[in-house]
Amino acid sequence: MSLSSALETGEVSRLPGRRDEDWRWTDLRGLLKALPPRSAGLPPEELEAGAFDALGDDIRILAGGAETQAVVVDEDVETTVVLRFLSRAATSLQASVTLHVGAGAKLTVYETYEGDGSAYVTNADLRFEIAVGASVERVVLASDGEEGILVSQAGVKLGAGSAFSQTIATTGARRQRLETTVEHPGAGAEVRLDGLYLLAGKRHADLTTTVRHLGVDGSTSQLTKGVVRDQSRGVFQGRIVVEPGADRTEARMGHHALVLSDRAEVDARPELLIHADDVQCAHGNTIGALDEEAIFYMEQRGLSEVMARALLIGAFVSEVADRLRAPGGRDVVQDWIAEHMEVAS
Amino acid sequence: MLKINNLHAKIDGKEILKGLTLEVPAGQVHAIMGPNGAGKSTLSYVLTGRTGYDVTGGSASLNGEDLLGLDASERATRGLFLSFQYPLEIAGVPALTFIRSALNAQRKARGEDEIKAPDFLKLARTQAAALKIDFDMLKRPLNVGFSGGEKKRMEIFQAAMLSPRFLILDETDSGLDIDALKIVSEGVNAMRSPERSMLVITHYQRLLDYIKPDRVHVLAGGRIVQSGGPELALELEREGYDKYARAA
Repeated sequence: MSLSSALETGEVSRLPGRRDEDWRWTDLRGLLKALPPRSAGLPPEELEAGAFDALGDDIRILAGGAETQAVVVDEDVETTVVLRFLSRAATSLQASVTLHVGAGAKLTVYETYEGDGSAYVTNADLRFEIAVGASVERVVLASDGEEGILVSQAGVKLGAGSAFSQTIATTGARRQRLETTVEHPGAGAEVRLDGLYLLAGKRHADLTTTVRHLGVDGSTSQLTKGVVRDQSRGVFQGRIVVEPGADRTEARMGHHALVLSDRAEVDARPELLIHADDVQCAHGNTIGALDEEAIFYMEQRGLSEVMARALLIGAFVSEVADRLRAPGGRDVVQDWIAEHMEVAS
Repeated sequence: MLKINNLHAKIDGKEILKGLTLEVPAGQVHAIMGPNGAGKSTLSYVLTGRTGYDVTGGSASLNGEDLLGLDASERATRGLFLSFQYPLEIAGVPALTFIRSALNAQRKARGEDEIKAPDFLKLARTQAAALKIDFDMLKRPLNVGFSGGEKKRMEIFQAAMLSPRFLILDETDSGLDIDALKIVSEGVNAMRSPERSMLVITHYQRLLDYIKPDRVHVLAGGRIVQSGGPELALELEREGYDKYARAA
């Protein structure tokens, strides 16, 4: 069951839904009665500047029908690729991108999901093949329309001594799933998977990750934060599996959400499945409201209630952007957060 | 300066302040002492505008301006400062950033210009040195991981930076060792001036050896049951609060 097979065949019965354990909080089957026709693409004159354009060596636009693209980075090359997935009203987009990163290469990927205000269905499949000693930093900004439906699934295969660092920031959509699956070889490879959701209105965002540690000496560090208000709904599913023999694995998972209204909801399922003996794994999961005592304390110093809340929320979410290493990308993400904080505060 | 008249207040339907009357003239330091549960912390929260407290009668004004109709930040802007018994930890917000935001919010509300960054830093360095606060500590998130004594020093540092007209010190001596108590008290004493008044709320007389009050009041059963000079604090230290608790 997947959105991509439903889009390929036109059969809505292939959509994942509530009865699929991993999709129970992101039901597409119950939502979509029909699939819109494929997008014919975007006329170049309608293309607006993207948030990361200035940073990219190679800018790819994925906007029409079924798109398949490949990015190949040769050994020891350092480069930056921008992937822009553009969704348009009443159409579907099925895009897949494979990224081959040669040994010792260094790739920064800036990825944006840009949707207009009306209903669309977009499916993106990304495959990262990261060779020995290579490193990839992936930064995703999902700015969907409130009627949009997006599923983005990235599969990551890592070589020994490589690194994959990811930061996903989203304001959600009508229904949205941003999923990452990592096959972790251990072998000194390092994975960072961070996420941030800032949701308002009736928006939904689902950040799902699975990391399978297959060998000794691997590390994974994960931090996801969310702010939900109005009737929005955030979903975090984080699974780290340490397979038998994957000793000396170090894995840390954190998910923390602020719920700012009674009708907003956060569903979290952090899972550590450990089948090896000698590992260091930890996870922390907190879901709560802003600390009213802290707000009074700040007001007592002269800050208005609105300023106090904004300062606390800003401090809460800033930790995610602070962990981003690509400086140019970090600035863009910080600006994006500041722009979307008004929906969160 | 501060005038409280026949103040009644409830929390969760329970009346805690039952007709409290108190006046602190400009330039004076008054102490409020009393047994646990007498309403000391309630008084500080009602004066500073914490939500959850129902004022059911009476009045409170600062320099002739009614306080009770203002929200907490407006009262702060009018110059009312509460040094908390348990200062809050503000994760992710460096102490200096927080204090500068607060100072500028107050100045803006009063129609003044924002303080210039170099002036702010100079002031912060001077005040931090006086309170023996390591300047690097001010770059860390406010109060996060600070010891009890460090938090209390940080309260007085904030007071010194914000320069309020009226200072309420709620159990400022709790959790302080003797050295920290001296530093904090010196910080408070340095702020004494003819234009500034203070209300020192304390359970023990010890703090009043360092911050010498002009008047001492006993708060029991939600009202001021006795007032006197500094010698009253010594008498309380000797004899305890028993007779007031019974009277209440």
